[in-house]
Amino acid sequence: MDVKIKKSDHVRTVIAHVVLVILSFLCLFFFYILVVNATRSHSDLQKGFSALPGGYLIKNFLSVANDGTFPMFKGILNSLIVSGCSAAICTYFSSLTAYGLYAYDFKLKKIAFTFIMAILVMPTQVTAMGFLRLITGMGMYDSLLPLIIPSIASPSVFYFMYSYLQSSLPLSLVEASRIDGCGEFKTFNRIVLPIMKPAIAVQAIFSFVGSWNNYFVPALVIQSKDKMTVPILIATLRGADYMSFDMGKIYMMIMVAIVPIIIVYLLLSKYIIAGVTLGGVKE
Amino acid sequence: MKPKRKSISYSKWGYIFILPFFISFFIFSFIPLADTVRYSFYEFYRSGIKEIGPNFIGLENYKSLLQSDMLKYAGNTFILWIIGFIPQIVIALLLASWFVDIRLKIRGKQFFKVVIYLPNLIMASAFAMLFFTLFSTNGPINSIFMSIGIIKKPIDFMGTVFGTRSLIGLMNFLMWFGNTTIMLMAAIMGISTDIFEASEIDGCNSIQRFFKITLPLIRPILAYTLITAIIGGLQMFDVPQILTNGQGTPDRTSMTLIMFLNSHLKSRNYGMAGALSVYLFIVSAILCFIVYRITNNNDPDGSKAAARKSKRARRG
Repeated sequence: MDVKIKKSDHVRTVIAHVVLVILSFLCLFFFYILVVNATRSHSDLQKGFSALPGGYLIKNFLSVANDGTFPMFKGILNSLIVSGCSAAICTYFSSLTAYGLYAYDFKLKKIAFTFIMAILVMPTQVTAMGFLRLITGMGMYDSLLPLIIPSIASPSVFYFMYSYLQSSLPLSLVEASRIDGCGEFKTFNRIVLPIMKPAIAVQAIFSFVGSWNNYFVPALVIQSKDKMTVPILIATLRGADYMSFDMGKIYMMIMVAIVPIIIVYLLLSKYIIAGVTLGGVKE
Repeated sequence: MKPKRKSISYSKWGYIFILPFFISFFIFSFIPLADTVRYSFYEFYRSGIKEIGPNFIGLENYKSLLQSDMLKYAGNTFILWIIGFIPQIVIALLLASWFVDIRLKIRGKQFFKVVIYLPNLIMASAFAMLFFTLFSTNGPINSIFMSIGIIKKPIDFMGTVFGTRSLIGLMNFLMWFGNTTIMLMAAIMGISTDIFEASEIDGCNSIQRFFKITLPLIRPILAYTLITAIIGGLQMFDVPQILTNGQGTPDRTSMTLIMFLNSHLKSRNYGMAGALSVYLFIVSAILCFIVYRITNNNDPDGSKAAARKSKRARRG
């Protein structure tokens, strides 16, 4: 009996490995082709696929960097500004809101909490039309600000921060700091924020990535070329007369859009994967 | 000595701290929502450079949307979602139960987790652009297939309904199965090991264990995953938009609801866009309500409901 169980487990282990290897291959294969093709010249690419990289990496990179019609590096800079600012204000204000609802008692507390929970997964697309009209009225059309400021209200980040506070901030600490004569804002900035650092780091990564990849709203808001973020540039590339382009350059453009996130991910993968589940349902 | 001190009220600070969130929500979500709902009752569009409206027309926009291709696009959205979601949830359940099964000696678990989660962080639009170039008729995938000898002529993946939909499904699958796996893994790890050990002593095999113990116990998280996936599917935009250049080719069979909304917004057809948004809002409000019920459930494992049921059964 014992031997039989071990045997079946052995078979299952083998099957599990085969499936995992196939899936990993699927996940990595397309990026592998991307990287290889970004190192080859247009004429090489026309001849067909080769598994080995070519020597055109730097040349393709320079031709992307010097292209005026698709200002990729300006786009990356814009994306960095938008994503960086969004991540910063989104995590700061979500922590502030979470702390406000966690540490204080007030009349509307329960209603406020219920309200945020109710809009937790509301898609932003349903208000896009009014949003577009509003920012046009406010004179913020075709600027980066409307992509940054609304991230102050991020219900899912709030929920994550709230759960984190519940598990790691004893209210006695807040009391102690009050007794020491620390003001409320100072308590938040000097005592609560440092405690929340791990949660803030995880959520900063996620909101950065979310903002970096966001396409729907920026595509509606941004018009001029020098303000475009990376996803809009990719979309413009798709809409352009594609066949007349240098293919090596196209692969390189896709690569510069994807690779920064991959590098960040590989460096921080441990925290990111641990952070995925924390924002989910309570068990 | 100073009895007043005790009654210092800190409640004003609570309001101050949550104020930025609610102001921002009010300005950037609530006013736009009200505006959207309002104009959904108006004839308001732009033809050429002339702006027509706003003239109040009641429910006309809603009616004409129902007569337009909206329902077809809703069907498309559903099909595109389901062909990505079914493999996603099956594979995720399988991987999650393998990853937590201590009797399987899986090597490089961390490596596999990192790799399968990777596509989730990739920019969807760049990923779609990549697929567009890779699967084009003279792209590398066709060239690989031809050199192996599977096919003689290049396949026009994006020329057929089946090809386009499969590609979109494949992309959605690749982007989301890792995320779901990790979510479900955490859920399964939350189950007490005693239950698994007891089942083993009772002679439960791995398939029985999966269907009789693991699945029922992770039901709340499974439901959460399903509903959030439906909401995600409803918002499907980047991948089909970039892959088909906003056209939903061939013959608008891969046009999703949000792509439809986007085209109305781009052409400044505010009345129609408003009505479509309201339809989407109603559907997502229902889904939000379900998520709210799941996340705020005080009976997460269904044990109370089961107890009530058995009580009734005993009485009856």
